[in-house]
Amino acid sequence: MNKIAKLFVTFISAITLALVSFTSSFAKVEGEYIVLGSAISLTGKYSSNGVHTQNGYNMAVERINKMGGVEVQGKKYKFEIIYYDDESNPKRAAQLAERLIKQDGVHYMLGPYSSGLTKAIAPVTEKYKIPMVEANGASRSLFTKGYKYLFAVLSPANQYLEVAIDLAVEKNGGKGVKIAQAFEQDAFSQDVRLGILDAAKRTGSEIIIDDKLPKELNDMAATLAKVKATKPDVLVVSGHTKGALTAIRQISEMKVDVPMLAMTHCDAAKLSKQHGKKSEFALCASQWHKNLSYKDKFFGSGKKYAKDFQKEFGYDPPYQSAESSAALLVFKDAFERANSFDRDAVRDALVDTEMQTFYGNIKFGPGGQNVAKPMILFQVRCKGDDCENRVVAPTKWASDKFYHPIPKWSERS
Amino acid sequence: MDFLIFKAPMLMVQASLDGILLGILFALIAYGMALQWGVMNIINIAQGDLVILGGYIAYTIYLWGIHPAWGVIISPIIMFFVGWALYKLVINKVVDRDLFISILATFGIAIVFQQLMNFIFGADVVVAQSEYGTTMLFDNSVTLPNSKIFSAFISVLYAIALVIYMKKSRLGRAIRATAQNARAAKILGVDTEKVYAATFGINAALCGIAGALISITLTLHPYVGLPYTVRSFMIVIVAGLGNLPAVAVSGMGLGLFEEFADYILGTEFRIGAVFMLLVFILVYRRFKLSKKREYLK
Repeated sequence: MNKIAKLFVTFISAITLALVSFTSSFAKVEGEYIVLGSAISLTGKYSSNGVHTQNGYNMAVERINKMGGVEVQGKKYKFEIIYYDDESNPKRAAQLAERLIKQDGVHYMLGPYSSGLTKAIAPVTEKYKIPMVEANGASRSLFTKGYKYLFAVLSPANQYLEVAIDLAVEKNGGKGVKIAQAFEQDAFSQDVRLGILDAAKRTGSEIIIDDKLPKELNDMAATLAKVKATKPDVLVVSGHTKGALTAIRQISEMKVDVPMLAMTHCDAAKLSKQHGKKSEFALCASQWHKNLSYKDKFFGSGKKYAKDFQKEFGYDPPYQSAESSAALLVFKDAFERANSFDRDAVRDALVDTEMQTFYGNIKFGPGGQNVAKPMILFQVRCKGDDCENRVVAPTKWASDKFYHPIPKWSERS
Repeated sequence: MDFLIFKAPMLMVQASLDGILLGILFALIAYGMALQWGVMNIINIAQGDLVILGGYIAYTIYLWGIHPAWGVIISPIIMFFVGWALYKLVINKVVDRDLFISILATFGIAIVFQQLMNFIFGADVVVAQSEYGTTMLFDNSVTLPNSKIFSAFISVLYAIALVIYMKKSRLGRAIRATAQNARAAKILGVDTEKVYAATFGINAALCGIAGALISITLTLHPYVGLPYTVRSFMIVIVAGLGNLPAVAVSGMGLGLFEEFADYILGTEFRIGAVFMLLVFILVYRRFKLSKKREYLK
């Protein structure tokens, strides 16, 4: 009995080994499929944005495959993605990246959701020289490490709210303004903060409140009381969805009057859906908005993308989905220009990317960040209880005039 | 810029009122913890997650179009049964064991609750709108959200009701008897098993009330339970078990301490300051105990 069991185990392991070696030697391109890998947050605290990201990827895969796929050396290939759930946990994400590369034999990666997880995966893809196009890690520190195989279709975090400071200075007749800011203590928000510090220096503005919010905090009353007492020209808040929702709730409840309020994560926060009219006049930084005039042959325009996405998934696409879709367009373009599946050839083709997608122009800087696309700002405007995001900057795409200053709470109904 | 709070007296008033209102809410959560800690000798790491679950119940009725303030009645009723079920499923297996086992067990419960809430309610941050408006004092220089005043008021109301219940009712007396000496209570005919289940249920119900209040004053997210656990743990450590007035005072004290730490040390040290205070108090208590003469038992 014991002998049979041993034999059985040996047999099984032999088969497994054979399978593993078989798959890893062919998995990068299997038959007519180019296999991409991605660890993505389907559970855990990033699960909603993880799903937005996955939907964006899937939408693009389907569209590209339907429209003829990727042509390499005269043969048509289709995209396929292997997903693993990283549970919103950086350690798990790094393990899964390793698994995708070593066991599943994936040679091209798509990014996870959030800067923190991208940071965890980047050293792994770098080690194995696997090109990764990511769409959801904006932290500046990702682009200063000298990674050679990391490419991001989005603008780095420090650019998120710089435009807002420029706008405030412009409204102040070119003179420096007084800035109050509150940022969560995480990689992304702190990068946004660095961007504000740069902008303040450049414009001669003064930072009068500089609060760092602990990750667990859901009460900003003290910060807002300080804002009330010091009367700044601009209040800048960045702390993911929680920060945005907490800020709007408490600003309205404490009747804090500031001429200008600039934030991040207002799109995903569905700010106006949760808070309705109270969120009116808030300025939100965004990577993308459907009204921008960029075009490509796969999705047409942003508006068309939004319509198709809505049809497919039943909700309006947040920018997380749009940028994720763009990542696949970038891969397709690179494969076709490289005309090869050699990883280094694909990587070199990615370096030379210069294209327009419905999401924006894409050209990678030396650190791998997208340098061709500006950030946009929109302002929440309401008619009755019905609120929407209107683009106010940059002026090229502005559909509405920037409303400044925000009326006092005593004058708002 | 340094110590802005000392330059503007109105900020002092604002910080104090904010701190006290918040502290009363903490005290309610802490009271639940003190109760079941005292009766069952269990430190409930899942306390904060029970609070958040209570909040989500209030949020759910808000989505159905019912005013979220009704949550302070509906949520504790549901949470009582959740607590009861939890006791029957898990806690009764660890109730006479080592404190460490109960910490592990409740830690496990906390993780399961977080994941379940994430699964059911999603990972988005949510708020319920009470539309209670704002009270403005001193010519609009101090503003207090009415929702916070409401939550403090409800907390006090429930706390008083609970004290009376514990003093007068049959179950209340049984709970107190069990807390004093479980074996003696059992001999005298108290069904301690039932008392434990009821205690855990009452604790969960208190968490439910607090959660409903948090849904209209702060924000809800499946993973923000832990800070509430830590704060209530800390309040109980300071106040001691089974001492309601002390719990109330220490809750308000903690709220004040947090607000002032925010102004003086900076927002980034606000939660850190709470932990520092916890360490300091634990060390101090140990020091005081070591001075007391002790006998070998």
